[in-house]
Amino acid sequence: MHLLEIRNLHAGVDGKEILRGVNLTIDPGEVHAIMGPNGSGKSTLAQLLAGRDTYSVSEGQVLYQGEDLLSMSPEDRAVAGVFLAFQYPVEIPGVGNMYFMRTALNAIRRRRGLEELDAMDFLALAKEKLKLVEMDQKFMNRSVNEGFSGGEKKRNEILQLAVLDPKLAILDETDSGLDIDALKIIAHGVNGQRRPDRAMLLITHYQRLLNYVVPDRVHVMADGRIARSGDRQLAMELEQKGYAWLEQQPDPTSRRGAVAQ
Amino acid sequence: MTESRQHYLARFESLRERLDKLGTDRVRRLRRSAIERFGDLGFPTVKNEEWKFTNLAPLLAVPFEPANRDGFDLDALRPVAARFDGARLVFVDGHFQPSLSSVGGLPKAAVVSDLATAFAENPALVEANLGQHALAKSSAFTALNTALMQDGVLLQLPKGTVLNDPLQLVFVSTAPSKMSSPRILIVAGEGARATVVEAYLGLCEPPYLTNAVSEIVLEQGAQLEHYRLQDESARAFHVGLVQVTQGRDSHLVSHSFSFGASLARTEVRTVLGEEGSSCALNGLYMGRVQQHLDNLTSIDHASSHCTSRELYKGVLDQRSTGVFSGRIRVHPDAQQTDASQTNKNLLLSEDAMVDTKPQLEIFADDVKCTHGAAVGQLDEDAIFYLRTRGMAQQDAKRLLTYAFAREMVELIRLDAFKARIETSIATKLPNGRELAEAA
Repeated sequence: MHLLEIRNLHAGVDGKEILRGVNLTIDPGEVHAIMGPNGSGKSTLAQLLAGRDTYSVSEGQVLYQGEDLLSMSPEDRAVAGVFLAFQYPVEIPGVGNMYFMRTALNAIRRRRGLEELDAMDFLALAKEKLKLVEMDQKFMNRSVNEGFSGGEKKRNEILQLAVLDPKLAILDETDSGLDIDALKIIAHGVNGQRRPDRAMLLITHYQRLLNYVVPDRVHVMADGRIARSGDRQLAMELEQKGYAWLEQQPDPTSRRGAVAQ
Repeated sequence: MTESRQHYLARFESLRERLDKLGTDRVRRLRRSAIERFGDLGFPTVKNEEWKFTNLAPLLAVPFEPANRDGFDLDALRPVAARFDGARLVFVDGHFQPSLSSVGGLPKAAVVSDLATAFAENPALVEANLGQHALAKSSAFTALNTALMQDGVLLQLPKGTVLNDPLQLVFVSTAPSKMSSPRILIVAGEGARATVVEAYLGLCEPPYLTNAVSEIVLEQGAQLEHYRLQDESARAFHVGLVQVTQGRDSHLVSHSFSFGASLARTEVRTVLGEEGSSCALNGLYMGRVQQHLDNLTSIDHASSHCTSRELYKGVLDQRSTGVFSGRIRVHPDAQQTDASQTNKNLLLSEDAMVDTKPQLEIFADDVKCTHGAAVGQLDEDAIFYLRTRGMAQQDAKRLLTYAFAREMVELIRLDAFKARIETSIATKLPNGRELAEAA
């Protein structure tokens, strides 16, 4: 049984089809990268896998550990081990970061039949995980993401990944908007979270994250489907030739034609 | 409408002999003119601009009788009073209960007494201030309170007196179909400082009416932090006025929490009468079922170099309705006025409603006045974010609602009162008890 199996997934919003037949299989321990130009459907796929209900699925299915993922609520997916690091983490004024993460972890642990962590135990856990993303403990005492810089928000996402301990971590453009130092910290944090029993799906516009987090498989998404799959070489090829290179092998079923750079 | 007016005029006549024994000739004259004024005004209708969003029909449908002094269960009240640790005056159905009260620990210079005692012992002070700030002529409810008041509080702080601990005024209603008309008079002399808590609670399931008036004078440099909690029983009616007159460089901080009652109207009005005076008016109203919670604030910038800050938040669930009317009037010679007003509302259901009405009347030119009002729902992105972290949808909504309200809780500087408010908020939210540590 695969960890994640996406079969011929078609989905859209307001009658407009964005995903047009995505196929993707991920096994535990693997790191996959999905690259692709803006508007290709990468983020839609990420949001859909996490349970965003603004998209409607018209065809196909998604199996997670053999179960129908699309019929599960977002919180059930989290309990089952799906985690999405948001491209735009949400600011939540008035809710402390520490409380937020402990409540989230305990909600998941309770549902998994595990004992909840008290404030002391959680603090110890948080301190350990904070080191991974080189975050100061003071961020735990602030409201969730409120007033955080772009890089701090992304680090806070990876921190949540480390705390919540998922089986499938989807990272949606976690590298976007970061300078090289911040990118290295994030990459270091992500590498620290690679495990034989955990898969990762990195969604990125640029190749540069993949210099630091080396994927097992690279997929190129264009016009709502996976246009190419390969190993790390594919990412490098794309870096050299640009997404326009994909157009040279146009898909006969594509109605939209050329993909915007 | 006329019927209810006649009802209360008749109640005044039947109580007249008793009322005439309270206070001096001037107080008697004050009552007479107040009841006349009430007779002229009658109860306000929605045609009255200040009552545009509040229909009083449910309140007027019950012919409330002035509450008696006795007939309550003292044992049931002891635990209620005990929750207000420290200096407190407790009133049951509007009447002072010495056995539930305790004013030890207050500085000797401070005059703290029930109003009935004050009528006898401090007639000059009472005469000079009572009814001089909260004017019977401007409101039927104030007029009715002035005519029918029997008890309440006098707090006088001579020049420089500082109350380190809060004085708590607790009003508990126990009697069905009764009305109480408590009257509070606070006179803070030059440089005096105090914190006062007013709490209105109910131990009575059937409807009753509280019609409270607080009249507050802050002399030069005086500072008052005023906390007001309206947490009446679910079927009760509550009308309350806090009327403040501020002297030079005085500072008022008002916190008004409106949680209870089926229909509540709370007014906080201050006149920044002399240079350099300032105020901060904070409010939180949280309605459920079919509650109607009306909040009116009025700030008169009557002098130059005065500052006012205002932040009111509303959370309306189910079929409840909220009202915020914020009037700021900047008089022609009130140059260098600095005023800001913010009202934010969170609607938790499709049937909940809020009317928000900022009203700025600016007659001076060198001023800084800002205002903003917002009505919104919970942020769907935030709900989704929390759910992807494992929180159930209801828990996510509860947490975000609590986070919205807690900004007002954070402004409370009294630990015990803060804990009380947190509990009240939590009981308004399903399973909200453990939320108090959320920040």
